[in-house]
Amino acid sequence: MIEKAAETESVIKVNSLTRRFGNLTAVDGIDFQVNRGEIFGFLGPNGAGKTTTVRMLTGVIEPTSGSATIQGHDIRGESILSREHIAVVPEQANVYLDLSVWRNLMLMAELYGVPRNRRISEGERLLDALGLMNKKDSKARELSKGLKQRLMLCAALVTDPEVLFLDEPTSGLDVQSARLIRKIVRELNNDGLTVFLTTHNMIEAGDICSRVAIINNGRIVAIDTPGNLRSMVRKRHYVEAVFRDQTPPLKKMESLPGVTRVESDQDVFKLYTETPGSVATLLVVLTMDIGLELEQLNTRKPSLEDVFLYYTGDGGSE
Amino acid sequence: MSTYSDRNRWSRQLHGSLVILKKNVLLYYLKPPVLIFGVLFPVFFFLAFKMGRNVPPGAVVPGMVAMALWFTASAIGPLVTPWERRAKTYERLISSPISLRSILAGDVLSGFAFGCAISVIPVILGLFLTNAEIANLPLLIGGILAGALSFSSLGVLLSAPPAASPSNIMLLSNLVRLPLLFVSGIFVPIAQMPTWAGWIAPLSPLSYASALIRASYGSVSYFPVWLCFLMLFVFTAVFFAASCRFHRMYRAKGL
Repeated sequence: MIEKAAETESVIKVNSLTRRFGNLTAVDGIDFQVNRGEIFGFLGPNGAGKTTTVRMLTGVIEPTSGSATIQGHDIRGESILSREHIAVVPEQANVYLDLSVWRNLMLMAELYGVPRNRRISEGERLLDALGLMNKKDSKARELSKGLKQRLMLCAALVTDPEVLFLDEPTSGLDVQSARLIRKIVRELNNDGLTVFLTTHNMIEAGDICSRVAIINNGRIVAIDTPGNLRSMVRKRHYVEAVFRDQTPPLKKMESLPGVTRVESDQDVFKLYTETPGSVATLLVVLTMDIGLELEQLNTRKPSLEDVFLYYTGDGGSE
Repeated sequence: MSTYSDRNRWSRQLHGSLVILKKNVLLYYLKPPVLIFGVLFPVFFFLAFKMGRNVPPGAVVPGMVAMALWFTASAIGPLVTPWERRAKTYERLISSPISLRSILAGDVLSGFAFGCAISVIPVILGLFLTNAEIANLPLLIGGILAGALSFSSLGVLLSAPPAASPSNIMLLSNLVRLPLLFVSGIFVPIAQMPTWAGWIAPLSPLSYASALIRASYGSVSYFPVWLCFLMLFVFTAVFFAASCRFHRMYRAKGL
């Protein structure tokens, strides 16, 4: 029971957090919690308020109103204490280009007060884990974008954070670097690290996040596990069918009770419906009536990308 | 009564300031803008002032020391924050568990150390190459230390406005530093300056540092020594407090 309580303990609590820039409300009274050991995805279109939220939580900017705590420390009243528990890989941040990889790492560890022996051993371990050991003495400006991002992650992890903020960590990276970063994040999460991840990459979010929040126009419009979110958006459920040789007339499929629209992509047909089970049955009856043969028939939940589009302007209300 | 955690917190912040100092030494001491505006500027000013004038070499040494201190100590501050904003390293720094005040204190220490180190050069050159003699070494050291602290704080204050490029802030800093140079008794003793310049001189921290350095070389100080030290510490406190305020105000701009 104690273990269960620890699992659901909130590491980040956000209450009515708001940030205005002049007349623009970038973040509008958002509420959410991030539990210990979660990878919490924070999704939203450009300008939705993701980075502003991260900047408030990491102490870069002050909220206009509302409150938030990290490990129980108020981000305003106990800003430094709250920042002692976190490490940040900001979206557009950079390493010190004129310093070596090793110096960059040690500088960040020193800034967080990591003891000398520990920062050296951890630094070497992390460089090894992220494939940077052979670049240890190279100037950071000699690194590719992917390697710089790996160094940023090393510099964040060498401080031994309890919560890691990753703002678009794999954006624009080569496949190897992106995959390695995702792998490391997963491993660290398995070891108990809580991760707050903002990303545009829906596959990434669906793949590694325990829960996701979708923010649009400064407000949180959905928050749940990726699976639950996919189940909740019923209008985006569909029946996927592939027919052998011939296809039934599109109009007949559209007229089936419960079908809201039909899309075709070459020989694959998608019949959108809130009742995929009954539509699948009706489709089988229809194909038998007109003498066709079904090759494949599946009921599908929407992808996380569909859910995202639904909540951020492409779906209307449920 | 301070608790252990208070002391621990203070020592963490002090340590943070020293790490910032180390970073600045590694990254910025040899940056071209620092060398041009901090080292070459005073040398060329000195040469422009000296050439063609019948001034005994020893007489210009105190002014040279004060000018070197003025330019070098105030050169680091205007570079660091704008450079870090442009290089996108600033956000990571201010999200670390080091207060903005400690980060700025580290920047002040960087300018302070740079100013003190460079101003030793004209002192040594003056001793070996001219007939200048130091009459009061503790006063010279005190003047350099107090002046460096004040000038460095001014430099950090000047770096507060968000700018697209560090050169904009260097330009702003020169707009402030150059006029003050001419009303602070470096080239002409304050007593010999026009009346209006004499009114402005007390508003410049350089006037007090210059007076202390001149006094350490045996000249009569225009201001009482105690007033010079007091004013330099007041300038330091005001500049630093203003730096904290304006840097806080502008910290999220231009990220």
